[in-house]
Amino acid sequence: MRPEGVAARFGRWWFAGGEPRLSALDLALIASFLALLLGGAWFAEAFFTERNMSNLMRQVVANGLISLGMLLVILTGGIDLSVGSVVALGGVLFAGITDQLGIGPAVVVAIAAGAAAGLVNGTIVARFKLQSFIVTLATMGIVRGVVYLYTEVPISPSHSGFRDLGATLVGVVPLSMIIMLGCYALVWFYLNRTPAGRATVAIGGNEETVRLAGVDVQRTVMVAYMLSGALSALSGAILVSRLGIAQPSLGIAYELDAIAACVIGGAALGGGAGSVGGTLFGVLTLGVINNLLNLVGVKSFYQDIVKGTVIILAVLLVATKREKK
Amino acid sequence: MTPFLHMRGISKRFGGTQALRSVDLSAECGEVHAIVGENGAGKSTLSRILTGAVQSDAGEIRIGGERQAITNPMRGQQLGIRMVAQHANLVPNLSVTENVLLGDMPTTGNLGWWIDWSAAHRKVQQILEGIGFQGIDVRRRVGRLGAAQRQVVEIAKAVAVKPRILIMDEPSAVLAQEDLTKLFALIRRLRDENVLVFYISHRLDELYEIADCVTVLKDGALVGTVNPRQTPRDELIRLMVGRPLQDIFPRRVPKCGRELLSLHGLGRAGSFRDISFNVAEGEIVGLYGLVGSGRTEVARCVFGADRSGSGEIRVEARAFRPRSPRDALRAGIAMLTEDRIGDGLVLALSIRDNMSLASFSAMSPRGVLDRRLQSALVHEKVRELDVRPPDIERLVRKLSGGNQQKVVLAKWLLTRARILLLDEPTRGVDIAAKKEIYVTIADLAAQGVGILLISSELPEILGMCDRTLVMREGRLVGEFTRQEATEEKILACAAGGAEARHAA
Repeated sequence: MRPEGVAARFGRWWFAGGEPRLSALDLALIASFLALLLGGAWFAEAFFTERNMSNLMRQVVANGLISLGMLLVILTGGIDLSVGSVVALGGVLFAGITDQLGIGPAVVVAIAAGAAAGLVNGTIVARFKLQSFIVTLATMGIVRGVVYLYTEVPISPSHSGFRDLGATLVGVVPLSMIIMLGCYALVWFYLNRTPAGRATVAIGGNEETVRLAGVDVQRTVMVAYMLSGALSALSGAILVSRLGIAQPSLGIAYELDAIAACVIGGAALGGGAGSVGGTLFGVLTLGVINNLLNLVGVKSFYQDIVKGTVIILAVLLVATKREKK
Repeated sequence: MTPFLHMRGISKRFGGTQALRSVDLSAECGEVHAIVGENGAGKSTLSRILTGAVQSDAGEIRIGGERQAITNPMRGQQLGIRMVAQHANLVPNLSVTENVLLGDMPTTGNLGWWIDWSAAHRKVQQILEGIGFQGIDVRRRVGRLGAAQRQVVEIAKAVAVKPRILIMDEPSAVLAQEDLTKLFALIRRLRDENVLVFYISHRLDELYEIADCVTVLKDGALVGTVNPRQTPRDELIRLMVGRPLQDIFPRRVPKCGRELLSLHGLGRAGSFRDISFNVAEGEIVGLYGLVGSGRTEVARCVFGADRSGSGEIRVEARAFRPRSPRDALRAGIAMLTEDRIGDGLVLALSIRDNMSLASFSAMSPRGVLDRRLQSALVHEKVRELDVRPPDIERLVRKLSGGNQQKVVLAKWLLTRARILLLDEPTRGVDIAAKKEIYVTIADLAAQGVGILLISSELPEILGMCDRTLVMREGRLVGEFTRQEATEEKILACAAGGAEARHAA
């Protein structure tokens, strides 16, 4: 065979499956994101400063990790409403045991607790075939209750390294951002390069087909919820480390931003569509919108209105795209 | 003279499948117009277009000479078009009365805000008596009725509004003989009241009893409209089935080895009982039966998709009790199900993913997917089965029905199963793809794979199988060797129930 030119190879990769990797719609979304950045630079002088960029990156990590877990669950055709409470669980637990155990073990314990909460969700949903919406709505309350059982007052540990996880900078890039991107890479690898990951994607498309193909659907779904719990707890740990204090009320309504990020990134509630790259895009878009509105000094309830509008626009765009097919 | 109903050039495509190809059909008031054809011939699609449930891609509908755009079911109902669906479209948690009068309950009080329950029940009681089916408690919730009674409610609901065009899709499937007589009396009365009745059925006996004319559909195209009084039964069957070219079935020299799979008195409550047969290495065993005869259910139990109740399955003489398809696949059994969209494919994924779905573990020697190995295996099957386009990243949603079916088949071939259960492997597939699939099945048999071929298409059974089993109403009622088997014998054996019922 003749060696292919780089351009030809790129073209084949770009059009694999007979469709471009990014549709015109995707490109339009990316273009509007870039326009948002430019607009930001125009209106808010402080936007493109080193300080603000570091801040922005630190701010998106919390939602970034939660959204990644949410994506896994959405891909299986479910939804995880308990993530906000699990963030609090991970946060207070991490803060509560850092002084005794040290940073590393405390993070591990927090993640394990989150994974356990996810495992409960996943087991109930997969084994008893219950609606994830109801199950995770219930565990959202249960886990929040457990958090308050653990502490009714904010915890701020005295351990000197407590703030490292959230505050350390590597150059201009926060350590937490690097951790988050690492998680994205791992989940991408899981979804695209492992049998269980491909099954996860397929289950949301057609669960019965996957069951008949001899895949252990229950276990695969359970793993998705478990990872969602683990990532949310990690997010909580990083968040309290950034804030320097762990409130038991942490993470309320965080599930909304996570779902929004997945949907903006092209995920379909009910499963069958969604990607790691798209979710990262959704997370960044929401993060930039929040950051800009803060810089301009817009009140937080205006932010809610703007975010809500963006979500509806994104969903509308995706819906019109599907209609055309 | 312009016909009362004229459908012209009706075409419809669903994804990769052409469901209807430029169908022209006209019909008159006061006639019982039967529509027949094999599964997937387009009967249901045509009636759904007429009711407005789906829209045609091309063509026009004229009623009484006037062109009508039936863009939704409400429009169809305004035009007096009603359909009695095959699977009753009822709300199970509402009463019979509410289902029949849905959206049109009689009201009382000055403002007309209250439902007049006694008037409603009375009205429905009258409707049921009017169509000859009293004896259903109108206050009962529909979910608690049996299948036959639900069908009656569905009919009452359609007739209650005095339609001009009434479509009945397999209404007799769940009715006993006594009810069938009443149904025919009702149809004759509607005809005399100048209603146009479309009657869709597989059962030829019924057509000869009730139909004034018969339209035959095949592969989405209209073959012809005939008068049943002048068309003998075998002529009608010929129109429906169409003699396939003999050479689409590969020539093969059957050579059966040792026994691979055997069933001993297998049974499952409500589906089938006392099923015993075996399949040997290199053998193609046909399993024929009308829809509802239990043939699919038998295969599903062997595959572990459902549990069997009684009896025993043996694989290579070892007892085998599958609890899931996973168990069956481990034992070397694969099953191609009849509904590729429902449970054969993941439409949103690529050819690569769909073909690999049942053998991901084999493609992941160290727990991580070996993409090179996967590509090689998938490409090999794409070549063998001539899947088009041969682009393994293509989403299966975009493939034609025939190519989609090849993808499903490839998925099971990649598991290297020794026993293949094929349920309607060529349903809704064009003739070229059919041929590829037949060649593949023959090759597999030559390699020693044992095959159970379930099919509703008699030519397929006769052309492919070394031995043919016939099921009727959940029981094995006949077995024919290749030499003995003829279409007439098999059909008579499978439909025997209908004859017996008529005699009773």
